[in-house]
Amino acid sequence: MAPALAAHELGKRYGRVLALDGVDLSVEPGELVGLLGPNGAGKSTLVKIACGLIRASRGRAEICGAPAGSPEAREALGYLAELFRFPGWFSADEVLHLHQRLTRSQGGSTERRELLELVGLGAAQDVRVDAMSKGMQQRLGIAHALVGSPKVLLLDEPTSALDPAGRQTVRALLEELRRREIGVLLNSHLLSEIELVCDRVVILSRGHVVAAGSPEELSKPRGVEVETDEGIRLFAEARRDEAPAIVERLVAEGRRVYGVRVLATSLEEEYLQAVGGDTA
Amino acid sequence: MRGLLTIALYGLQEALRRRIFHVVLLLTLLYLGLYWLGASTAFDEVREFEGALPVEEEELTGGTLFGLSMFGSLFLGAVLATFLTLGVVRGDAERGLLQPLVVRPIGRTALLLGRFLGAAAICVPYVMAVYAICAVITRSSSYSGWWPDQFVRPGLQLAAGVLVIGALALLGSIFLSATANGIAVFMIFGAGLVAGLLGQIGEALNSPTLESVATRASWALPFEALYQDALHRITSESRGFTGLAIQLGPFGGSQAGGAKLPLWVGAYFAVALLVSVAAFRRKDL
Repeated sequence: MAPALAAHELGKRYGRVLALDGVDLSVEPGELVGLLGPNGAGKSTLVKIACGLIRASRGRAEICGAPAGSPEAREALGYLAELFRFPGWFSADEVLHLHQRLTRSQGGSTERRELLELVGLGAAQDVRVDAMSKGMQQRLGIAHALVGSPKVLLLDEPTSALDPAGRQTVRALLEELRRREIGVLLNSHLLSEIELVCDRVVILSRGHVVAAGSPEELSKPRGVEVETDEGIRLFAEARRDEAPAIVERLVAEGRRVYGVRVLATSLEEEYLQAVGGDTA
Repeated sequence: MRGLLTIALYGLQEALRRRIFHVVLLLTLLYLGLYWLGASTAFDEVREFEGALPVEEEELTGGTLFGLSMFGSLFLGAVLATFLTLGVVRGDAERGLLQPLVVRPIGRTALLLGRFLGAAAICVPYVMAVYAICAVITRSSSYSGWWPDQFVRPGLQLAAGVLVIGALALLGSIFLSATANGIAVFMIFGAGLVAGLLGQIGEALNSPTLESVATRASWALPFEALYQDALHRITSESRGFTGLAIQLGPFGGSQAGGAKLPLWVGAYFAVALLVSVAAFRRKDL
């Protein structure tokens, strides 16, 4: 089975600026991949190439085995742009109806109602876009990207305008997409969000992949912390699998153990280390 | 094809629901009211000179007034066509309206042509309606029922001229921001009209240089050639002093387009759309 999204040696040059320089990346069906990087790292360029909005200068991108931008690739794709708008005179239902026609979706009003409920807009189907808050419009954006049951979803900053409750809705939605075997590439600045939901993380900096792996793989051990009757003791060199032995030894020494915590670096720390001084 | 029609319908809905269309309708009603007032007054006053001049007063007045109304129809149609197409690509991309549509399976060609079709579905009936209403107003204001020598073809030519302006605005929308494109299209429109007036002056002064400049400009901007040919056709059967007097006026239509004009306009229009499609397909958004 072809990957939901595959990029091979992908490069993009804007005049003298090299936005992407030989990026390799893949998203498997049902996999949630987080794309991280500072502003100008090439994240949006990568996403735009994948959905055919811009052309690569070199390399290739494929959606479910079809060249990015081809009709077959567009059939399989749902995309939420970082900066998007719907005509203010459309209602939520009309927006989805338009996109159903454009994707030749046969879902009808059932699909529209389900999608609006999925993003928490079930009661807003007749609300005009220009009467919606930014958060509601963003939820509608996510719903429109799901019209026609795409196999791949490219989400460019999908939670930037959402409040905490809205973000929770999106997290639940992403879990649902994983269950439906939809591959998702999630471009976001919210590291905690990525850490919570993504199976894998790819960190871009200055057009290169500087780190990739699951959040667990990317994090580094920082020791084991044990709470005893003498207070908290840190075993800085210890790893997770040494924790039982440490506890056993402390108990043998007559200490009372109240808690054990395996410490690791956070995704944020790893991210900052990976991008170095690139904070543009 | 279905995608193209969906986009055309979207464009049509956009045009009808945007406030600008309501403004255009209101201004059109004002324009028609003003034209009715002007036509009635002009015919009333000209009637006082009936038989005193070596021309057919009603024919001269009707031809000139209706020529003026055709300029108004062309201008209003050009305004509408330009506003409906000036932001189709870059303008909509800058506002984030284009991206959700362009990634859909319909493809860029259908998207662009659909938007143009939507604009055309508004502009062509609009221009034809304003043209026809002005003809009826002119007839009802005249004292013995003046009517243009040719009616249908000049109206179609005005509509075709508006489509050419729309096609130019569509092409411009790929490269220019909405504001810059609007300014550019209206400057081109103005240049075409100036060329037409130069041709009229060249005809009156019998200046081959001016006539040559005007002819080349009209063919380079064929909406002007269409307008001039349409003016010529509404009084094509006027003869003698009356015909000469009409031709010497600003709406005289002394420059007939000739048999090749429809072919040239068709080719020009097709090339403008093909270049637009090719440029849009290569454009990074």
